[in-house]
Amino acid sequence: MKFGVVVFPGSNCDHDAFHAIGHVLKKPVEFIWHQSQELHQCDAIILPGGFSYGDYLRTGAIARFSPVMQAVEQFANKGGLVLGICNGFQILLEAGLLPGAMMRNSGLRFICKHVHIRVEDTHSPFTCAAKAGQILTIPIAHSDGNYTCDDKTLAALEKNHQILFRYTTADGKDDNGGNPNGSTANIAGICNERRNVAGLMPHPERAVEQVLDSDDGQVIFRSMVEALVGAAKATA
Amino acid sequence: MATAQTEIKVTPEIAAEHGVTREEYARIQQILERDPNITELGIFSVMWSEHCSYKSSKVHLKRLPTRGKLVVQGPGENAGVVDIGDGLVAAFKIESHNHPSYVEPFQGATTGVGGILRDIFTMGARPIAVMDSLRFGEIQKSGERRVARGEYKTTEEEAAKNRRILDGVIRGVGSYGNCFGVPTVGGEVAFEPCYAQNPLVNALALGIARKEEIFLAKAKGVGNPVIYVGAKTGRDGIHGASLLASAEFTEESQQKRPNVQVGDPFMEKLLLEACLEAMKTGAVVAIQDMGAAGLTCSTCEMASRGGTGIEIDLAKVPQRETGMSPYEIMLSESQERMLLVADKGREGEVLAVFKKWGLDAMVVGDVTEGGMLVVKDHGKVAAKIPAHPLAEEGPVYNRPIAQAAPRNEREKDWFQFAPEGTDLTANFTKLLASPTIASKHWITEQYDSMVRTNTLAGPGASDAAVVRVKETKRALALATDGNGRWCYLNPKVGAMHAVAEAARNVAASGARPIAATNCLNFGSPEKPEVMWQFSQAIDGVGEACVALGAPITGGNVSFYNETLGKSIYPTPVIGILGILEHADDVLKVAFRQEGDTIVLLDGASAADAGLKPGATPAREFSSSEYSKAIAGIVAGEPPAIDLAAEKRLIDCLVALAEARTVQSAHDLSDGGLAVAVAESCFASGGLSARISVDGDVNAEDALFGERGARAMVSVSQGNVAAVLETARQYGVGAREIGKVTRDNALRIEYKGCAVITAEVPTLQDTWANSLERNLKLS
Repeated sequence: MKFGVVVFPGSNCDHDAFHAIGHVLKKPVEFIWHQSQELHQCDAIILPGGFSYGDYLRTGAIARFSPVMQAVEQFANKGGLVLGICNGFQILLEAGLLPGAMMRNSGLRFICKHVHIRVEDTHSPFTCAAKAGQILTIPIAHSDGNYTCDDKTLAALEKNHQILFRYTTADGKDDNGGNPNGSTANIAGICNERRNVAGLMPHPERAVEQVLDSDDGQVIFRSMVEALVGAAKATA
Repeated sequence: MATAQTEIKVTPEIAAEHGVTREEYARIQQILERDPNITELGIFSVMWSEHCSYKSSKVHLKRLPTRGKLVVQGPGENAGVVDIGDGLVAAFKIESHNHPSYVEPFQGATTGVGGILRDIFTMGARPIAVMDSLRFGEIQKSGERRVARGEYKTTEEEAAKNRRILDGVIRGVGSYGNCFGVPTVGGEVAFEPCYAQNPLVNALALGIARKEEIFLAKAKGVGNPVIYVGAKTGRDGIHGASLLASAEFTEESQQKRPNVQVGDPFMEKLLLEACLEAMKTGAVVAIQDMGAAGLTCSTCEMASRGGTGIEIDLAKVPQRETGMSPYEIMLSESQERMLLVADKGREGEVLAVFKKWGLDAMVVGDVTEGGMLVVKDHGKVAAKIPAHPLAEEGPVYNRPIAQAAPRNEREKDWFQFAPEGTDLTANFTKLLASPTIASKHWITEQYDSMVRTNTLAGPGASDAAVVRVKETKRALALATDGNGRWCYLNPKVGAMHAVAEAARNVAASGARPIAATNCLNFGSPEKPEVMWQFSQAIDGVGEACVALGAPITGGNVSFYNETLGKSIYPTPVIGILGILEHADDVLKVAFRQEGDTIVLLDGASAADAGLKPGATPAREFSSSEYSKAIAGIVAGEPPAIDLAAEKRLIDCLVALAEARTVQSAHDLSDGGLAVAVAESCFASGGLSARISVDGDVNAEDALFGERGARAMVSVSQGNVAAVLETARQYGVGAREIGKVTRDNALRIEYKGCAVITAEVPTLQDTWANSLERNLKLS
């Protein structure tokens, strides 16, 4: 089992994702340069947070055209696990690997703080180690995390249980009080219909050690590990 | 002067337009043994500007203590460097970007952060934290109350302008650090009317490197290629350092907008990664960033330090615009550029790294013998100046010093204490709402404080920001402090308090203070009373740094902080770095458990606690935040300072952290004991407190007085005796003053009589949201 963390120019959470997987979960992990045409036989790919290409045109809009994204797209189409965190989520939206789009936060300001998200569905490689309804305390850090999509897409997301995480209050209420950026239906993270590609705005890699105030983010990476182990057993 | 062509004949009048005096011009003629051409004049004018040459401050800065056993590199390089053990060093420095931030708040603040980050990674250190010390004019119009000595009154229009400046600066600071990927872990934000036309934006950056991998900016090895890397050179920021930062503001200041540089944090992020990677090849000999005075400063300083010369050809410099003259290229302050010297024959390795990161990198010249800076333009000599005299032999002024006339205050000018038994809850609530005391979370949440996953204590969690060093068991703590109001009332004592408070804050996080950096913000050095303030402040900083064992390793001086002849309060801002041997020992502000005992630690021993002989309580209290916020009075004297007491308290706090006998720690500063207790309740998320104090003056002094050398700790039942014993060993007074409770009520008694009773959630709402409400931005 090997994780790959893609490095775009301007990625700045690449080292944090590497640390979380390599040093905390102690799983093999390596960096993949954005110019790379292939993925070094990795079994799961992480698109990390940051400001790829400065995010000057629109978040993720340039990164989706980088050479590595073609490889990521092929990998995803073959069922490979891809997780986009923050800027990585934005890139997946721009690349069309996930439905919907990002707008500026409703408050029009960058926000960095711990928020609460609820695990909405555990039938995915990104949430299978979590309990349904489990509330995770995980930080956000973004200007453009206001997820939006049309009604038809939202209905499909709901119907197919593609909404993996929703912002909530500390005690699990759905009253928008916990939504930091105005996202549609309090959405914090979604997956594709095939359930092998997921994106979320909160940063699970920043919440993998109690000394950083929360280790709730571990469950997402542990889910991926379990899913990969399960897949390996199934093919063995 | 906007476009200077080489044909212009230089006269003393043109020199004067460049801010070069007649004496300085004569000195230039002497060095060159001829008249300078316009490009050479431009080069001299920036290098000998106040900003770059420290000509008015040099004679005083010599008095600062700069040595210590952990200091690897003191002032004079791009940043100070201290040993933090395990083969690692920390590079850190604080720098001002005040003038640009007034003219263009967003870009001014952004490039301030960018500049200090480059100073750190130029040394080969990866930046791991940034802090910002900000000062603005009042964001609310003055009320009906007496305005401090009738000096300053803030109208609604001015307040609105100050809010806009604050908004631009906050967005600028955030946008750079957030994109670059360095956590902005804290700092301070304070408000005084004097900063209305002259906000202070001081940015501090901290980086770490392996000790043997520190890079210096010394151009060595004749024949080695000189390489330009990073952003292309444009016409932005020409004379930013010399004309913007080295002269006071007038009504035409807005016209100086083109002098402000424009920042590109994405470019800087690439530059960071590429520079660190290039340094790892072993082919880089020296490197310096192009900050103030751009290509001019980097070439002549590297040559001067290396005892060599440098020859460059401007035709090879990557340019953003066409038709730039040598004058413009040499003086441009375009951001995100570096100049490096590579090993001859290995420049290909260096260039390859920059190509990988998509950055311009060009060999523009080489290191030469003979100590001359030679600037060619398409092969034709445009400037030829001896590098050492240009960089190091600029003018030095021992400017006249005169103490300002005494303020002649009388007792009626001072704060009048409320009669015994007065309920102080309303005043306390008002104090919590005052912009300087109120929570800054609305600001700090706009900064990414967590990227790099090292932040053990981010903004407000502890008295200092604490970041772990992943490769080790250690953590580093950082705090910045400064109190302009106190320095205005007494520059020396005020400066000592700034050092003491920063050191105390570091100790309250459990870390031992080891080194300091300073940013000295003052008015015009041409005014004798400003130079007196400066000289006094230097003495105060020096004395306190020696007493507290934190030598100065670098920093900067910002003069000419005045608009239309009115100076800011003298404002030395001190940054202190500390080490926590065990990252797990970090102490935070929040109360942890119901039933814990609250202990007040006082570094002044029982015998000398309280007021110094001759001091009157009302006089000292009139300099407090409470006096300003409640009565509109800014007068008197800062509290007397006792550095030995501060040192005892610091040692005691570090020992308590190591012994793990306390649950929380919070120093007493702005707003005194009452504010400290309240903040520890707010941070706890659900706990409250009940305390009872005595005092020999009155309730307001006991609750809101700001005498130093004090901190408050909470202690679980089993450890109270141990904590009292530790305090005794360190000669620190310790009194049990109350308990942590869980009934939502904050109750403070003075001599057995309740003077503050309030619901914690109500107080917290005021404290947490006042700033945002007052800003009325969204």
